[in-house]
Amino acid sequence: MMKKILKNNNLKGWLYLLPAILFLGVFMVYPLIDVFIYSFEEGYNFASQTYQGVGLYNYSYVLHDPYFLQAVKNTFILVIITVPLSTGIALLISVGLSSVEKLRNLFQTIYFLPYVTNTLAVGLVFMILFKKTAYSDGLINLIIGWFGGSTVDFIDGPYWAKMFVLCFYTVWVVLPFKILILTSALSSVNQQYYNAAKVDGTSKFRTFMRITLPMISPMIFYLVITGFIGAFKAYSDVVALFGTDLNAAEMNTIVGYVYDMLYGDSGGYPSYASAAAIILFAIVLTITCINLLISKKNVHY
Amino acid sequence: MENKIDYGKIEKNAKVRKTVVNVITYTLLAFWAVVVLFPFYWMILTSVKGYGEYNSEYIPKFFTLSPTMQNYVDAFTTVSLGRYLTNTVIFTIATTAIMLVVITLAAFAFARLDFKGKNIAFVIFLSLMMIPNELVIITNYVTITNLDMRNTFQGLILPSVTSVFYIYLLKENFEQIPDSLYYAAKVDGTSDLKYLLKVMIPISKPTLVTVTILKIIECWNSYVWPRLITDDENYYLVSNGIQEIRENGFGRENIPAMMAAVVVISLPLIVLFLVFRKQIMEGVSRGGTKG
Repeated sequence: MMKKILKNNNLKGWLYLLPAILFLGVFMVYPLIDVFIYSFEEGYNFASQTYQGVGLYNYSYVLHDPYFLQAVKNTFILVIITVPLSTGIALLISVGLSSVEKLRNLFQTIYFLPYVTNTLAVGLVFMILFKKTAYSDGLINLIIGWFGGSTVDFIDGPYWAKMFVLCFYTVWVVLPFKILILTSALSSVNQQYYNAAKVDGTSKFRTFMRITLPMISPMIFYLVITGFIGAFKAYSDVVALFGTDLNAAEMNTIVGYVYDMLYGDSGGYPSYASAAAIILFAIVLTITCINLLISKKNVHY
Repeated sequence: MENKIDYGKIEKNAKVRKTVVNVITYTLLAFWAVVVLFPFYWMILTSVKGYGEYNSEYIPKFFTLSPTMQNYVDAFTTVSLGRYLTNTVIFTIATTAIMLVVITLAAFAFARLDFKGKNIAFVIFLSLMMIPNELVIITNYVTITNLDMRNTFQGLILPSVTSVFYIYLLKENFEQIPDSLYYAAKVDGTSDLKYLLKVMIPISKPTLVTVTILKIIECWNSYVWPRLITDDENYYLVSNGIQEIRENGFGRENIPAMMAAVVVISLPLIVLFLVFRKQIMEGVSRGGTKG
């Protein structure tokens, strides 16, 4: 009897799924196939929606485009600096947080704030803090002056200065998530391990290296992977700091390059955009796979 | 005698050590709290400085003695901040509402109903989670353009009304509801839809609230898709609005008015966060990433 009632659900089941399938089909599955097709269609014309041939020209164009190479360079620098740095700082803060009791909630709330702010809007504040104009050197330059350094325009100045601001802002934006994850990982480590270590008279540092770190290593690893993926997709933080014309500022990222190819003054080339997006996807996939391989050796589950 | 003194010394040393560690920890924590809070302080401070006052400060001041609300008036009158906010509210509410319906139905089908092809469909859904937005956005842009839906709310809303991850989250939640409830309802002749509405949704309310809030945050901050799909200022959301204000709004020098706009844009989410702090942090640690 029960079986019979449940069996009649064939059509009904699909009916309940229908809206989700429709939306996912149109806006996810079809585009996924289509992006590969676009990337191989040479000389695609957006207005007439025609193309001349099929081949690898789009990839070759993108890979020889100096703007793309600049974007790849910027993205890699950003990734290599911010992922280890933000994970490290997050670990330091989380360990600090879990070793105190007073004010812990207050600190946690404060640290999480950047997560709920509009990246574009707060990016403007950072721009003002770092920017040097005719009217003012800006607050950061004032502080540099206190310590006897010379002023730099971080927004329109030398490359390293711009990269510094970008990395700083990126770390500021991604830390809330990492701190949250690591704090809850730390609090879930079984207290008995610590008690056992205490009985044995193990030093705090050794306890951390031998108990805490291995216990939370899956979470650290999860953060490294998501951190890599997120940093490779950096875009809106960069726009927030340097405006929409990123190529001129020499601060474009791979994702920025994709969108510039698609839209705006330099846009109208979905084929190049597709090729660049697929190259990005390939890079992210490769790095994630390498990460997974490394983790198999070093992470204790 | 000697032993006693030694114990006291050891205890004292331990105490001193603990205090030192504590001081260092609190200093570190407080330092980062300042780094996090300072931009917010600076944004509010600048937004209440007068235009003349701000521009005459070659060395920026850390406080102001004559706060003014004029910048907020400017933000709403000189540029269309009010319109951007209205658009964003419409976009956020519509997207979140449609998404809730879509994911609830799908999660119900996966969790409760039994039908041919369910497992395959679920595996396909799960594998869609790995697809980055950047790959599909190009075709979506072309699709929406061809459908003549640029600069419309439909064009803005439709591509973002499903989330495989939230379907998954909700399905897991639905599955925890005991089967016996469902059988009892079936015996009483309750329809599936009624069971979903009257039993499952009320029980899963905490998860639904979390999903709703996370989606609201995502909508409020979305930038890339709205930028691609709107070039008519009348359809700008706040992220594009602030970019527009920065590039063409008050003129580059009127930073205080710009900061007033930034405060107005940031405030709703901060209030939302302070009210739903627990749900948001719990939801994010269960699988939200920024992006």
